[in-house]
Amino acid sequence: MAELLRYRDDEAHEEPAVTLDAFLGQTNATAVRLEPDEDARALIPYLDRLGLIEVAFPTFRDGRGYSAARILREAGYTGELRAQGDVLIDQIAYMRRCGFDSFAPEKPISREAADRAAAFHDIVYQKAADRRSPVWALRHG
Amino acid sequence: MYKYDEYDQTIVDTRVAEFRDQVTRRIAGEITEDQFKPLRLMNGLYLQLHAYMLRVAVPYGTLSSRQMRMLAHIARKYDRGYGHFTTRQNIQYNWIKLEQAPDILADLATVQMHAIQTSGNCIRNISSDQYAGAAADEIGDPRPWAELLRQWSTFHPEFSYLPRKFKIAVIASEQDRAAIQLHDIGLQLRRNEAGELGFRVYVGGGMGRTPMVAPVIRDFISTADFVSYLEACLRVYNRYGRRDNLFKARIKILVHEIGAEEYARQVEEEWAHVKTLGLDPPPGEFERIAAYFAPPPFETGLGEDIDRSDPDFALWLDSNTHPHKQPGYAIAVISLKPVGGIPGDASADQIDLMADLAERYSFDELRVTHAQNIVLPHVRKADLYALWKALDGAGLGTANLDLISDIIACPGLDYCSLANARSIPIAQKIAQRFANLDRQRDLGELKLKISGCINACGHHHAGHIGILGVDRKGEENYQLLFGGSGAEDASLGKITGPGFNEDGIVDAVEKAVETYRALRTDGERFLDTYRRVGMQPFKEAIYG
Repeated sequence: MAELLRYRDDEAHEEPAVTLDAFLGQTNATAVRLEPDEDARALIPYLDRLGLIEVAFPTFRDGRGYSAARILREAGYTGELRAQGDVLIDQIAYMRRCGFDSFAPEKPISREAADRAAAFHDIVYQKAADRRSPVWALRHG
Repeated sequence: MYKYDEYDQTIVDTRVAEFRDQVTRRIAGEITEDQFKPLRLMNGLYLQLHAYMLRVAVPYGTLSSRQMRMLAHIARKYDRGYGHFTTRQNIQYNWIKLEQAPDILADLATVQMHAIQTSGNCIRNISSDQYAGAAADEIGDPRPWAELLRQWSTFHPEFSYLPRKFKIAVIASEQDRAAIQLHDIGLQLRRNEAGELGFRVYVGGGMGRTPMVAPVIRDFISTADFVSYLEACLRVYNRYGRRDNLFKARIKILVHEIGAEEYARQVEEEWAHVKTLGLDPPPGEFERIAAYFAPPPFETGLGEDIDRSDPDFALWLDSNTHPHKQPGYAIAVISLKPVGGIPGDASADQIDLMADLAERYSFDELRVTHAQNIVLPHVRKADLYALWKALDGAGLGTANLDLISDIIACPGLDYCSLANARSIPIAQKIAQRFANLDRQRDLGELKLKISGCINACGHHHAGHIGILGVDRKGEENYQLLFGGSGAEDASLGKITGPGFNEDGIVDAVEKAVETYRALRTDGERFLDTYRRVGMQPFKEAIYG
């Protein structure tokens, strides 16, 4: 596993993530892993006690995890939200906009390169899970 | 026309820098072709049979003369002196070098243009009615809404890795000139019984290998809510659209498999949540955009009379102009379908000339149509003759709008790596067979559309006559379809029977139109006669 890229101030969550089925069957886990076809909304009742949600990207083409991330953030989840798998450098900006704040790419990405790629666009057209104001809000104060 | 402010310009300029960085990394071997592919595709860059192809976005098909001249400049400087206008109201260049692509994007950005999301599994260029802002039958200009959607969908972080590409079209009249029912989402601006403005929402139409006419999934959504509603539509698709099979990944398959009602229910449920997030831009943003689409300063008190003494001009006038909402004006359509030409192609000189004529006669504005022609939307009737003379002198005066030689054709096997058969030579042969304009006019409105493979880029399912090129044991073979329509009476064509070779298909088309001539009643188009009498008489004529 390559180096973890984190955009959080707290310590990385230590407990290994369990599958969604395992999580729903045991009440004391604090880290869970979501596969692309699993419903993020199943976690909504438990968000308060979750410290890490890992969202799997078996291939970069599978964009379901972007919706999962937004749904979790929209539901108020504030813990670590990690994108794991076929995470590419040019996706990190979009992933961060959707609420991911931690990345475990299969192929290593340097912090510097990730920051550089994510820094290209500082103006955005639409609201997402980050707190950036869309252009229409900037235009109309 | 919409004009970028500093924010829009910064976003497009940044994209150029970002793509230049991506291309540099690709050329240096830091990223693989597999990793680069989705990045270049989101900038409209395809790898075709012979070279890279770059598709440039023309949002809702609207261009200024300055932008049009830039398209000519790109054709000269980076391509072989021509461009190809597409069925998505865009333009594409077929002979591009990868290392020059960032420079092209930089040139485009100087005239507020880009190639963002003209390919890839994301929300594509928003298309619209080519007569927007000029047609007498619209209830408002659809383009400000399309621009609002352009901005909403540009670099949308959640919807850039959808199961498949996603096409949205917006119109504002009962007559559908943008084929909205054959789009992933079609939006028709309308008023509800209370007089409020909103959209009828069609979801799940499309062509390709599984053609479908979109069902209405909401009869009315207020303009104040439509961005968040579309967000919900897309989220349901992104989560539940099929990803196990590329050929079943479009939203039409999802809507078909779970049913329009169930899809609508899921969207309503998602929207109940999404609309609380404050995603809809305020009315002031629409008003800001709409101000750019204010009508041009039309002259009043103009006469309606046109001197028809030149018979060739009179023919063009009758076929290639459309009523304008402003007295004394007309909408003029420039056919890019000369007999023997390549449908949708224009040379750099022709593009420049059209730009000049738009500046002189049409308030500096042009449109690209999904039928691969160019529109000058606001021409004084008194100027039509001078306009036609200038067009005719440059090979742009063909009087065949909506006639059998006004053919939509995909690039086909001459360019495309997906194609099974050539499309362009078939279009050329049919146009030559029916070269006599008197004969074409006698046949009346007849929309003939040709695709070189099952992906249907040439819209063959929506043709009154459709032709589909297939590969049969290593030979090009052409199937014939009748009865499609991309208009408000949308329908899908039916295959006649066994296919034909290159010459046989031209003969079969001729037999079909002669059958129509024998069977038609007064005022009936080919499509109407076919719908009335059915396939059988045509089949007998073709195969009998």
